[in-house]
Amino acid sequence: MSASQRTAARRLVIQRLGYAGLALAALLTVAPIAVIVGIMVWHGAPAISVEFLTAMPRDGLRAGGIFPAIVGTFWLTIGTAIVAVPLGVGAAIYLAEYAADSRWTRAIRVAIINLAGIPSVVYGLFGLGLFVLFLQLGTSIIAGSLTLAIMTLPVIISTAEEALRAVPSSFRVVSISLGGTRWQTVWRIVLPQALPGILTGVILGLERAAGETAPILFTAAALFLPRLPSSIFDPTMALPYHLFVIATQIPGMPVQIQYGTALVLLSFVLGMNLIATLIRSRARARRQW
Amino acid sequence: MRNSRVGEVIVAQLIRVAGYSAIVFVALILFFLIREGGPALLEVPVRNLLGVRWYPIEGYFGLLPLLGGTLVVTLGATAIAAPLGVLTAVYIAEVAPRWAREVLKPVIELLAGIPSVALGFVGILVFVPFVRTTFGLPTGLSAFTGAILLGLIAIPTIVSVAEDAIDAVPRTYRDAALALGATDWQAIWRVTVPAARTGIMTAVMLGVGRAIGETMAVMMVTGNAPVMPSGLLALFHPVRTMTATIAAEMGEVANGSTHYHTLFLIGMVLFLITLAVNLVAAGIVFRQRKRAERILS
Repeated sequence: MSASQRTAARRLVIQRLGYAGLALAALLTVAPIAVIVGIMVWHGAPAISVEFLTAMPRDGLRAGGIFPAIVGTFWLTIGTAIVAVPLGVGAAIYLAEYAADSRWTRAIRVAIINLAGIPSVVYGLFGLGLFVLFLQLGTSIIAGSLTLAIMTLPVIISTAEEALRAVPSSFRVVSISLGGTRWQTVWRIVLPQALPGILTGVILGLERAAGETAPILFTAAALFLPRLPSSIFDPTMALPYHLFVIATQIPGMPVQIQYGTALVLLSFVLGMNLIATLIRSRARARRQW
Repeated sequence: MRNSRVGEVIVAQLIRVAGYSAIVFVALILFFLIREGGPALLEVPVRNLLGVRWYPIEGYFGLLPLLGGTLVVTLGATAIAAPLGVLTAVYIAEVAPRWAREVLKPVIELLAGIPSVALGFVGILVFVPFVRTTFGLPTGLSAFTGAILLGLIAIPTIVSVAEDAIDAVPRTYRDAALALGATDWQAIWRVTVPAARTGIMTAVMLGVGRAIGETMAVMMVTGNAPVMPSGLLALFHPVRTMTATIAAEMGEVANGSTHYHTLFLIGMVLFLITLAVNLVAAGIVFRQRKRAERILS
């Protein structure tokens, strides 16, 4: 065997070992995820029953169901969507279709990056300062929704802008050349084409909002309420906060209810994720450009 | 006709307002943090704020143990997430067969979707006892346990941004290396990864930013002890981060009290730290794009 052949053989061995090392790193990354999700499903599934999903909690949260927490998270998510979707999609339309590349648009982009990086608990402080105390909305669904909506904005804006920019410019040129105004072009031509991408971004943003605890700690969440909230100015129970409470604050809490609540929260959030993925892949398959 | 033109102008204005809302919100957040947190600087002597005791009931508002707690947990998380995340990104972008990629990417996205409170919950029941028995500690509620969870939380960000950066390296770089006789392995480490290094740095920075700001998971597993961490062994003691302090105490303070103002002050510090981290990360991207434009023109 010549020297150069030996070098080549050694290099091949190094490469094989290196690839194996990389594969090991990837495995180390995904294994804990599989374990965590597996544990939640394994221990949580036996706790799930019709009563668990539709009954009020009893015995200081140690028995009964988690219905009010499910309802609360549902309303908070809807409230977040009502505020964040028009605002976020509007901002995306401005950035993608209207704004020139000026100093101000760059400032908007810096602001969006900034919003995306603010810790969720700081959003909670802000919501407490502005919505709960200054605007006197109190600890309420509306204060929590507004707080979550501002937190969700950067996700919605950046994914929606990307979806809008992905629509080929020939669509716009044709519409304008047929006498369409800028808004008609956006509303009738560009938005429908970008809709699946925008929806994906919206759902991913709402998914984050639904799973967050820190922003609603001081703006919306209640430990326990004997009845469901009757208006948007009432405080509410919520799944993530409920899980936090029963996992850390209640002595003698049955583990099964904890796992059951974790599984319901996980299903809620990952269900939204799954819907977003389906929309994305269906739109990709059907796209004509 | 006239009607539609008026409508057009109104819609354009509404959209412009939506566009500028991001700036308004950042300004509002900063304003309210200063409004509620600023008074703490007047009420609490600086010497007290820079002290090593956080014991608000007796008037000790030393922020250093909380900063230290955040630092220890974040460094631990980075030490776990940066190598694992970057290596995984290299594997997915350069080495993985198609089927492995199709499995890895959704699973990592799944991790990004798990609410942090759910991770904290599994952390309490699984990681805490594991850490306690493995290292023979009196309690598994430690900075190390928090670092593991935070590492998990930072990994999806690091993997996806780093993978994009590696993917963005032009095919021709690799081809040139291979044509010069390099093996695939050499091309990866001496050409592709160095060419993507700014993007990889951004990825790590963004991961660090996420770790600093994470609240629930850390609060649930780090033992909530606002003690000044000292030395390497601090990793295995209970700590408390800035985020956890706000979350744990804000519910119990009287509005307008010194304690209340100080918690907002901590929020202000967090805001400034994450702002700096994110602007540096964004700056790296911006510079890199400029350089790419120069090379291409």
